[in-house]
Amino acid sequence: MSLFSSKFSKILPFFIALFFVGVSAFGQEHDSHVNADSTVENHAESFNASEVILHHVMDDHIWHFFDGHYGTLYLPVIVHSSERGLEVFSSRNFYDEHHNVVAYNGYTLEHNHIYLNGDSVLDLSITKNVAMLLINAVILVLVFMAVAKGYKKNSGKAPKGIQSFFEPIIIFVRDEVVKPNIGHHYEKYFPYLLTLFFFILFGNLLGLLPGAGNLTGNIAVTMVLAFLTFIITNVSGNKAYWGHIFWTPGVPLPLRLVILPVEIIGIFTKPISLTIRLFVAITAGHIVLLALICLTFIFGSIWVGAGSSIIVLFISLIELLVAGIQAYVFTLFTSLYIGMAIADHDHH
Amino acid sequence: MELLTPGTGLIIWQLIVFVALVFLLSKLAWKPIINSLKEREDSIQNALNTAERARAEMAQLKSDNEKLLKEAREERDKMLKEAREVANRMKDEAQTDAKKAADKILAEARAAINVEKEAAMRDVKAQVALFSLEVAEKLMKKNLTSDKEQKTLVEGYIKDLKLN
Repeated sequence: MSLFSSKFSKILPFFIALFFVGVSAFGQEHDSHVNADSTVENHAESFNASEVILHHVMDDHIWHFFDGHYGTLYLPVIVHSSERGLEVFSSRNFYDEHHNVVAYNGYTLEHNHIYLNGDSVLDLSITKNVAMLLINAVILVLVFMAVAKGYKKNSGKAPKGIQSFFEPIIIFVRDEVVKPNIGHHYEKYFPYLLTLFFFILFGNLLGLLPGAGNLTGNIAVTMVLAFLTFIITNVSGNKAYWGHIFWTPGVPLPLRLVILPVEIIGIFTKPISLTIRLFVAITAGHIVLLALICLTFIFGSIWVGAGSSIIVLFISLIELLVAGIQAYVFTLFTSLYIGMAIADHDHH
Repeated sequence: MELLTPGTGLIIWQLIVFVALVFLLSKLAWKPIINSLKEREDSIQNALNTAERARAEMAQLKSDNEKLLKEAREERDKMLKEAREVANRMKDEAQTDAKKAADKILAEARAAINVEKEAAMRDVKAQVALFSLEVAEKLMKKNLTSDKEQKTLVEGYIKDLKLN
């Protein structure tokens, strides 16, 4: 990291210079366009960067890859309402030939929420993120079945191929993340933590692919992961853990009454912090990348495009790092919370 | 704001898929992987322990060998020393024996010489007596002639005798 930052600080002035070259080039171009009354300016006016960015980081009922007839994948809509029961249809029905949102069969689509005659319905659609989730799950199962097969095939031999690629990561998670924080009862929680780690890691990395959905940067996804951690932590919490929360030992009585609500709030802030940390880290990364790309279209200049492309390249490298770090951090904190819940407080 | 409101559908899907994934991967991947890793680590640990034990045994054997070698060397030294002592003793004994023998021979020789000497002395004495008798005879014969001559003769003989 320090190596990276030192290198980065060497390169940074170069980018700043590049950026200003781009801006000044834009200025010139802008002047000429004002005189020529061009269409580019109209394009820039109609271009709404925040809309584009939010569209990219948010969930959707369609999967938009590029403009044009074949550029959009219409995902299935699954809705349940007390009025009509379960209904499945294509999201294509919500769009006319000019890609405008239209009502279908009494259902309306507003801001990605489906309403039936004005009432909200239970929307179980395979949205972009659900599709990403399924792809992620399939990749995880395929990859780790291949890894497990390697152990069966090369049993008693040195690891080979994909097995030798993932083995150090699995051992890292076990020896550096799980074991030191949970202690010797780690084996019960290890499968969950491994799944968590690789789910987040793969989700983060898949999310960086162009056109991919922002799975791990979606608050619903991170919330569910944090919720599971919350459940596991509090279900496995031992007497000492609850004792520590409700009647903190070694503290004077009046203080215990102050600590009690703090500790109870603490139970819930832990999963909330997990939810928000992963969501923000990944979504912010995507927003930065998209904002830099949008600069090109806002300025409508090839020079800004060249500059921001290079910066985007480096931000993408940072995002690769962040993908690993966030998977590590989420797993680390989950291990830490579980470890705190099952620790023997003999020293009190 | 929509970014911050979790979608109900996604929550349900995520919950179902993730929990299914935990169980599926636990059964299909994590269990065999974790077990194999543990097995391999155990086997490596065992191999290391065995190697350590073998090394200790080797060291033990080596020290035993050295001990044996040391004992053998001591034994050899002891034997050599004893042999040397025996040889020395034999030499001494031989010397004393030889000396004794020589002494004995000398003593015998001395005794023989004495015997011979005594025999010679006896012979000499006998001879002397004989000569004396002869002298006396001659003197007797001469005595008849004159006293004076007789006297000088005896004196002469006595003188001779004294000289002897």
